[in-house]
Amino acid sequence: MDKYTFGLTMLVVGMGGTLLTLGLMSVIMSILKKIFPHREEAKDKKAGNA
Amino acid sequence: MIESFLSGFSGLVAGFLNLQWPSVVMMVVGGGLLYLGIRKDIEPLLLVPIGFGCILVNIPLAGLMEPHGFLRTIYDFGIMTEIFPLLIFVGIGAMTDFGPVLENPVTFLLGAAGQFGIFITLVIALALGFKELEAVSIGIIGACDGPTAIYVTSKFAPHLLGAVSVAAYSYMSLVPIIQPPIMKMLTTEKERATVMKTGRKPVSKTTKLLFPLVITIVGGLIAPMGLPLLGTIMLGNLMRESGVVERLTRASQNEIANVVTLLLGISIGATMEGRIFLQPQTLIILALGFLAICLDTACGVLLGKVLYVFTKGRINPLIGAAGISAFPMSARVVMKEGQKYNKKSYLLMHAMGANAGGQIGSVIAAAVMLSVLKGMGII
Repeated sequence: MDKYTFGLTMLVVGMGGTLLTLGLMSVIMSILKKIFPHREEAKDKKAGNA
Repeated sequence: MIESFLSGFSGLVAGFLNLQWPSVVMMVVGGGLLYLGIRKDIEPLLLVPIGFGCILVNIPLAGLMEPHGFLRTIYDFGIMTEIFPLLIFVGIGAMTDFGPVLENPVTFLLGAAGQFGIFITLVIALALGFKELEAVSIGIIGACDGPTAIYVTSKFAPHLLGAVSVAAYSYMSLVPIIQPPIMKMLTTEKERATVMKTGRKPVSKTTKLLFPLVITIVGGLIAPMGLPLLGTIMLGNLMRESGVVERLTRASQNEIANVVTLLLGISIGATMEGRIFLQPQTLIILALGFLAICLDTACGVLLGKVLYVFTKGRINPLIGAAGISAFPMSARVVMKEGQKYNKKSYLLMHAMGANAGGQIGSVIAAAVMLSVLKGMGII
């Protein structure tokens, strides 16, 4: 493999891979935050509903 | 008898007779690093042992880096096996509160943009004639993360370890000088004065506990070659957040991190032998490292500008500059710069989120890089 191909692959797949991986982590953590909300908030909501 | 005296005496002057100019220059460089660490307070925990190691290894005939030499033994044990940077990572994980990035997970993206300098610099290094794995090691200076740079370089280009490590740690400490002009150049005054909503969005204990596990599993599946980096930082963080292994957490934050920092520093200094270090390529590596960190900042700010447009002016693009791994220094720089243009602007918590994202981002970028290299059959 020539240096040009190597460099371009690293640039595109490397940058893209990093962005996608962190994007995926961002989505997963947002979902986890929704599934497991902060306890005080959850309590407030329950109190509000009651 | 006289012959015996003379030969005995020759043993005492042999060091002076074998002293060559590259060694003298490197002793001065070692002295310079000690000066920066001791008098200027620039990363003293690292620059002091690195500077001293540099002086030690350049004293002729001591054989400290020869097989079984004292520095060679430490180097082989900790650097060649990658144990030292990984133990440092456990400590970093144990010290870092990833709460700010979890409060606003979109800042993970800024942590990704803050790593783009790695890949752009890699391409420039290739264009300047460096071999593939050397270019990878030079690019990784842009991770702005010493242990990551050491981990990757010791694996793929150990002969560049001294230059890469010195560049990584020096530029990290120069973040307050390097970043502000780039931030100013790429943003308008209106953008810089943007006030972001304050008010914390607390994260549950369960989410904080799941965070290291999820990141390890997802990151490990995507980029298994970087799992040692990711796994160790996340182990440290899990210990911190679990709160049930306080002794281990404290040991990782203090005793282990301190001992390893000392040994790591002296081992890096030991790679700075004059005949190896004093090459034109060292200067090029230092220049490329500087460029990498400038590019990281620029890419982070540019993504910040994109988010500014998408959120209709609710995100201050300056926080993009904090998407690098220099934690929490970069966040403080952003806060200070924001306040220069609007006294009502409190960017610290938002910038801390981007900065914590940058810490994960640098590890992910290295992990992705290693796995792409593996996929391409280069390693």
